[in-house]
Amino acid sequence: MATMTIAKALNEALRKALETDPKVLLMGEDIGKLGGVFRITDGLQKDFGEGRVIDTPLAESGIVGTAIGLALRGYRPVVEIQFDGFVFPAYDQIVTQLAKMHARALGKIKLPVVIRIPYAGGIGAVEHHSESPEALFAHIAGLKVVSPATPQDAYWMLQQAIDCDDPVIFFEPKRRYWDKGEVAVDAIPHPLHAARTVREGTDLTLVAYGPMVKVCLEAAAAAAEEGRSLEVVDLRSLSPVDFDTLQASVERTGRLVVVHEAPVFVGMGAEIAARITERCFYLLQAPVLRVGGFHAPYPPARLEEEYLPGLDRVLDAVDRALAY
Amino acid sequence: MSVKSTAAKPRTPRAGAGTRGGVKRRGSGGEPELVQLLTPEGERVQHSDYSIDLSPDELRGLYRDMVLTRRFDAEATSLQRQGELGLWASLLGQEAAQIGSGRATRPDDYVFPTYREHGVAWCRGVDPANLLGMFRGVNHGGWDPNENNFHLYTIVIGSQTLHATGYAMGCAKDGTDSAVIAYFGDGASSQGDVAEAFTFAAVYNAPVVFFCQNNQWAISEPTEKQSRVPIYRRSEGYGFPGVRVDGNDVLAVLAVTKAALEHARSGQGPMLVEAFTYRMGAHTTSDDPTRYRLDEEREQWEVKDPIIRLKTYLEREGFADASWLTEIEAESEALGKRVREAVRTMPDPDTMAIFENVYADGHALVDEERAQFAEYLAGFEGGH
Repeated sequence: MATMTIAKALNEALRKALETDPKVLLMGEDIGKLGGVFRITDGLQKDFGEGRVIDTPLAESGIVGTAIGLALRGYRPVVEIQFDGFVFPAYDQIVTQLAKMHARALGKIKLPVVIRIPYAGGIGAVEHHSESPEALFAHIAGLKVVSPATPQDAYWMLQQAIDCDDPVIFFEPKRRYWDKGEVAVDAIPHPLHAARTVREGTDLTLVAYGPMVKVCLEAAAAAAEEGRSLEVVDLRSLSPVDFDTLQASVERTGRLVVVHEAPVFVGMGAEIAARITERCFYLLQAPVLRVGGFHAPYPPARLEEEYLPGLDRVLDAVDRALAY
Repeated sequence: MSVKSTAAKPRTPRAGAGTRGGVKRRGSGGEPELVQLLTPEGERVQHSDYSIDLSPDELRGLYRDMVLTRRFDAEATSLQRQGELGLWASLLGQEAAQIGSGRATRPDDYVFPTYREHGVAWCRGVDPANLLGMFRGVNHGGWDPNENNFHLYTIVIGSQTLHATGYAMGCAKDGTDSAVIAYFGDGASSQGDVAEAFTFAAVYNAPVVFFCQNNQWAISEPTEKQSRVPIYRRSEGYGFPGVRVDGNDVLAVLAVTKAALEHARSGQGPMLVEAFTYRMGAHTTSDDPTRYRLDEEREQWEVKDPIIRLKTYLEREGFADASWLTEIEAESEALGKRVREAVRTMPDPDTMAIFENVYADGHALVDEERAQFAEYLAGFEGGH
């Protein structure tokens, strides 16, 4: 068992994938000598060469479009989009091509492409560097969408995503890159699309993914001091969503609060609230509540603490749910 | 064969073939020079940089390809008019550009088409009937791209040029000398993806030929709305050669595309070919070209018809007689009949096909919705 940051766990996962399968390629802006702006690919070009760890021109559609071509040729490209807000020039290639090509070919071809996106806020960045566009991708049939919250999951989920024969959008919670945790490199990994109950409780379920898992765990710890028992479920996969695990949790607690950074309107929380309401209508003690971003552009850095769901906003929602 | 010597000047193999010829301009007008080996009158001419020497059999083969492709296209247009197809994108007038370039490819090369490359598909051995599934609405493509190294039709303009570039990067990585050809139109040359494809192909020296069929119109927008310079010159800024060929001259297209593919497969990187041609019909059957272009323009291009041009040449040289031409006519009629029957008997997909092949590795939501919908449908059956 080793202790490492999420950033290091991702780096180790990429190294392992490059070692294991000669068809795995990394592509992206500044991923070579620089090791990526977050150093996730640090040292990999030195060890695997420019043919495996490919610095690309500054053209996101080009990066994804050529990755599709490489996948058609039998390669397994892992693409890095430098920041969340920069994925949109590639959105057309992802949505109209990558997501649909397997179906269009009646299953005759596979598109094992992973698109890594450092996402969400909390690092004091400028515009377009702190966004949470996950719902836009989860909405698209043909894509799988996942987001790890711990070094252990970062290590295994990235390798599982690379092994997957479907395109996977891999959202990395950038403000957690430097969080440390234990990584069992020999453990049998948790299934890629299974949620995980990370704290057990009886009064209410908090569900989150990526950067908000930590906030929810802190909220649960704070609530415990007030005598409230909150369960925390880390969704891990956003498409598909493991509704069975979530339902089982809500059946135990009777209440659900969904927490994410992305704007609440038409977000993951809306989908989860609707499905869980359908599945658990007669045992819910309160309506499913959502805590998240506002219907406004991501604010300048000096305001992001107000915009992002923090302990207080989560606990406020918990209070409201428990008041029913 | 009685063609005037084709060995005018030995072509230096792979020596930046496309940089010459294409950039020359005629002294008098402003029109860039086209590589041409067969005039609109069916006269064989020579070009200093591109030559080709074909046997009578090969020449007849090109003619047959063009006639059958045109017949297939006409049949599909009729089928659309009769309500058998939802839409058709006709290639009428572009037979030489497609057959010439398609016949220039090797079996191990890979083709990335738009949605109009019916002639190229023919050259690659794709059953024409398979092309009609998407236009009839029974699938979105439906053929196995790896069977003939002919990718699915791509509807979003220019997207496939990036796929072609990536595929070509893979070919180079694999150490093969296979090349890739990406088709696109004059309108697509305005798309960012095409510009990005040019950049990536140049930077990675990818063995890809960008084959632009400039058919003068992107639905109702003329080429002048796409570019201030001739399209073949776009490549110059990216650092690879471009050449303009008479797209209605099947011999010139074949010669130029072969040279471009050689250029690519020999490790010299990408090349742009602009086939200067004309879309004789509508953009698709939903379009009405009478609203935006003059009859005179079409009439000017009719005299450049690629099929008549080759036929005149074949007859003049004694390579094709009346009985052979009749045979080809009969063969094309048979093809039309076969295509018609294939379309009319094409089965509608099973309802549950909606849920098939969404994912390669499965997806819980798709499984859930499939089961729910099956149960819903079973409810109707149970009611009887």
